[in-house]
Amino acid sequence: MSSEPREHGRRDDRPPKDGRGPGRRFVRARKSCRLCAEKVDYVDYKDSRMLGGFVPERGKILPRRISGTCAPHQRMLAEAIKRARNAAFLPFAGD
Amino acid sequence: MRVYELLFIVAPNTEEGDIENLITQLSDAATNQGATVAKVDRIGRRRLAYPIQKYTEGYYVVLTVEGTGAEIAEVERRMRVADAVIRYLTVRIDEDLKRADKIRQRRLARAAAVRAGARGRRSEATVPIAKDDSEEEGEEE
Repeated sequence: MSSEPREHGRRDDRPPKDGRGPGRRFVRARKSCRLCAEKVDYVDYKDSRMLGGFVPERGKILPRRISGTCAPHQRMLAEAIKRARNAAFLPFAGD
Repeated sequence: MRVYELLFIVAPNTEEGDIENLITQLSDAATNQGATVAKVDRIGRRRLAYPIQKYTEGYYVVLTVEGTGAEIAEVERRMRVADAVIRYLTVRIDEDLKRADKIRQRRLARAAAVRAGARGRRSEATVPIAKDDSEEEGEEE
């Protein structure tokens, strides 16, 4: 059965992409939310070092699909990063 | 009661004494209108992520103010007028703090429930919607 391995490989994370054509199967370890692991309740916009981990070179906010952050934490992060930009803790646009 | 964080950046060429004057001036502006300044955090000199008014450095100060919200307008006006302030940012944080506290309480309650061996009690186990991963962590505690 071809549908079997998907059962225990991944959970909710990926929307069903069926119909997009065959052969697009990437087997990757399930990422887990870094902020959940550290039990962060509030993402402070002044903590630029911590926020920097979610802002690559270009200065954009790292998408959830890459970082594996959970939705509630990604919302907090996005808000904090935007505030941090206004306070010149983070750049609007990197190099 | 609302809690605000007033962050402002002072130009790097400002004298130490002038910075102190500015801080007291702004806190007075807040207290005169009935607010209380809960905390003054001088983060200090820091590199700016991008130049502001040709400055690449700035002296960061954060005031934590508790009030009704009306005082903020006056403090902001003063910051806008003060030449030494090159950037300011006001954030209302009481709601965020409340939410953070709620999450923390929920997590503690859950950890306690797990410790008590109340594994079968489904009502407690299904309460957390937000944090999947911390649940597994909580069991180790």
